[in-house]
Amino acid sequence: MDIRTQMSQHTFRRLLALPQPLRLRTFSILNRPPPNYPGHVPLTLVERGALALGSAFGSLRNPHRHDLIAALGEATAKPYFIARLRAAMLANPTGRRILRDKPRITSQTMSLEKLRQLPENTVGRAYAAWLDREGVTPDTRDQVRYIDDPEEAYVMQRYRETHDFTHAITGLPVIIEGELAVKAFEFANTLLPMTALSLVAVVRLKAVERKRFFETYLPWAVGNGLKAEEVINVYWEEELETDVEVLRARLGIEIPPDLRETRKLLRDKNKAERAARDAKDRLGAGMGL
Amino acid sequence: MAALLPRATKRLRLSPSTDSVCHGCRRAFASSIRHGQQQQPAPSQHVSQSDKTTHFGFKTVAEELKASRVRTVFSSVAANYDTMNDLMSLGIHRLWKDHFVRSLNPGIRLTSATTSSPQSATGQTILDIAGGTGDIALRMLDHATTINRDNATSVIISDINPEMLAEGRKRFATSPYYSTTTTSPNRRVSFLEANAEDLSAIESNSIDLYTVAFGIRNFTHKQVALQEAFRVLKPGGVFACLEFTPRLSNPIMNGIYKRWSFGAIPLIGQVVAADRESYQYLVESIERFPSQAEFAGMIEDAGFIVPGKERGDGGDLEGGWEDLSLGIAAIHKGVKPA
Repeated sequence: MDIRTQMSQHTFRRLLALPQPLRLRTFSILNRPPPNYPGHVPLTLVERGALALGSAFGSLRNPHRHDLIAALGEATAKPYFIARLRAAMLANPTGRRILRDKPRITSQTMSLEKLRQLPENTVGRAYAAWLDREGVTPDTRDQVRYIDDPEEAYVMQRYRETHDFTHAITGLPVIIEGELAVKAFEFANTLLPMTALSLVAVVRLKAVERKRFFETYLPWAVGNGLKAEEVINVYWEEELETDVEVLRARLGIEIPPDLRETRKLLRDKNKAERAARDAKDRLGAGMGL
Repeated sequence: MAALLPRATKRLRLSPSTDSVCHGCRRAFASSIRHGQQQQPAPSQHVSQSDKTTHFGFKTVAEELKASRVRTVFSSVAANYDTMNDLMSLGIHRLWKDHFVRSLNPGIRLTSATTSSPQSATGQTILDIAGGTGDIALRMLDHATTINRDNATSVIISDINPEMLAEGRKRFATSPYYSTTTTSPNRRVSFLEANAEDLSAIESNSIDLYTVAFGIRNFTHKQVALQEAFRVLKPGGVFACLEFTPRLSNPIMNGIYKRWSFGAIPLIGQVVAADRESYQYLVESIERFPSQAEFAGMIEDAGFIVPGKERGDGGDLEGGWEDLSLGIAAIHKGVKPA
């Protein structure tokens, strides 16, 4: 065969050699393969790209759409990042046990009453206290749907369900500032692209918050995330009675300044200043100045 | 033998290879999902009386359950219904509905012939089935009032789903047709929560115009609904149905249209309405709907006269309906014999 046919066949083979998630089409929309696990929806590359774009802009417009953030995570996790996270779990003995047992965290498997009764300073008590303080529950997180390999899908599901534990041991609140700090920490720790992409929501912060984020919380997050052990490998169900300080020391995480306290102090200070200014004005008006 | 194949072709898989996934992992994750699921789907309280099943999209469900599942789908889509319609049809649904209403020409125009007729005082009674959010009903009243100067024509909006009716009430609250008292005699619009297969709340031979837009494909028993339509219509009354068709006649356009339906629409449902499943059901239910010729045959079987129809060479009905937008939707009409 002549050189041109040889070259185009070679190119074709190289294109086919791309990893499956990047290959342009291995199946069509009308001819989807059977699901690999209940709830699995195989997506073509175009659909994944559209989902990534749509959920990125949708969650930026409305950060309360947790399902869009979840979808963004699933759409951007392949080809490399979720595989890397799974490999990190396989390289660690606890991680391997988690992958074998595949525990799930829901309000049924994590009884809050029992957690509240644990001694002070335990991980379980800190988790229950954080949930109560923030007014949230370990409600059912969205099921992973768009990741093809069932084990990688479990890794993503585990990451999603242990996100609240990360909040609990760092003490960061659920307000946007706290969430962004946790996402920055998670990016340095897990390298999932969605965590980095959610940092774009920094544009939604007020100027004061943004300054605080770049000066304090981002350096904390990046430093600690890189230095710490992989948080995905923590078997939280077994660590509920561990002392929080011990766990933090083992993982190599320092606790950041309490965000709610900082904000409260700032708010009180502003209120006091404003009250003093109002009093001065009233006094001045009374004196006819 | 495998070693003889070039490396690239060995890795070519037309679908994610199921044998590379350890069976235990797949089973384990599947079982962990079942274990972790917070809301188990409520098991049916009784063993179904009959083994009769019907389609729900591409799934097969017991007949008794279809209506409640449809109701659930529309409860979840009710709030964003109009936004989603605009996104899915790129706004074209407005053109279809406008054309539908205009071609029906509701309302009695006062001319020398009709001035003395008794009905011009009471106006027409229109029944809009599966019309929860009220977009057809509003167009009917606007057309009757504005174009035919008929202030007496009234619409009964009926739907199986209370959330959709609530959206309809919201829409009408800001229209000129909303009346504050439910018993006022010149009430132009009223709401009825009912299953189209059982309109016992409506008297026989009392409706001038029965419309159903994008609703009939969700009915469990379409023929029963057609027979109810026949019962409630007055002799000479008109049955009109606007509905999607299961396929387009042009194969290339059909290919594009199907890929949009099954790829883009559930994705838009996920991003806009946080609900992929409902929109997957919607596009699957379109696939399951009978073709225009079959549906025109069902309308005839209910007793209606289908205008414009002819029997083609193959014995199929032809011309008894109007295709819209290359056949994406179709308007079927029937007249109850006087």
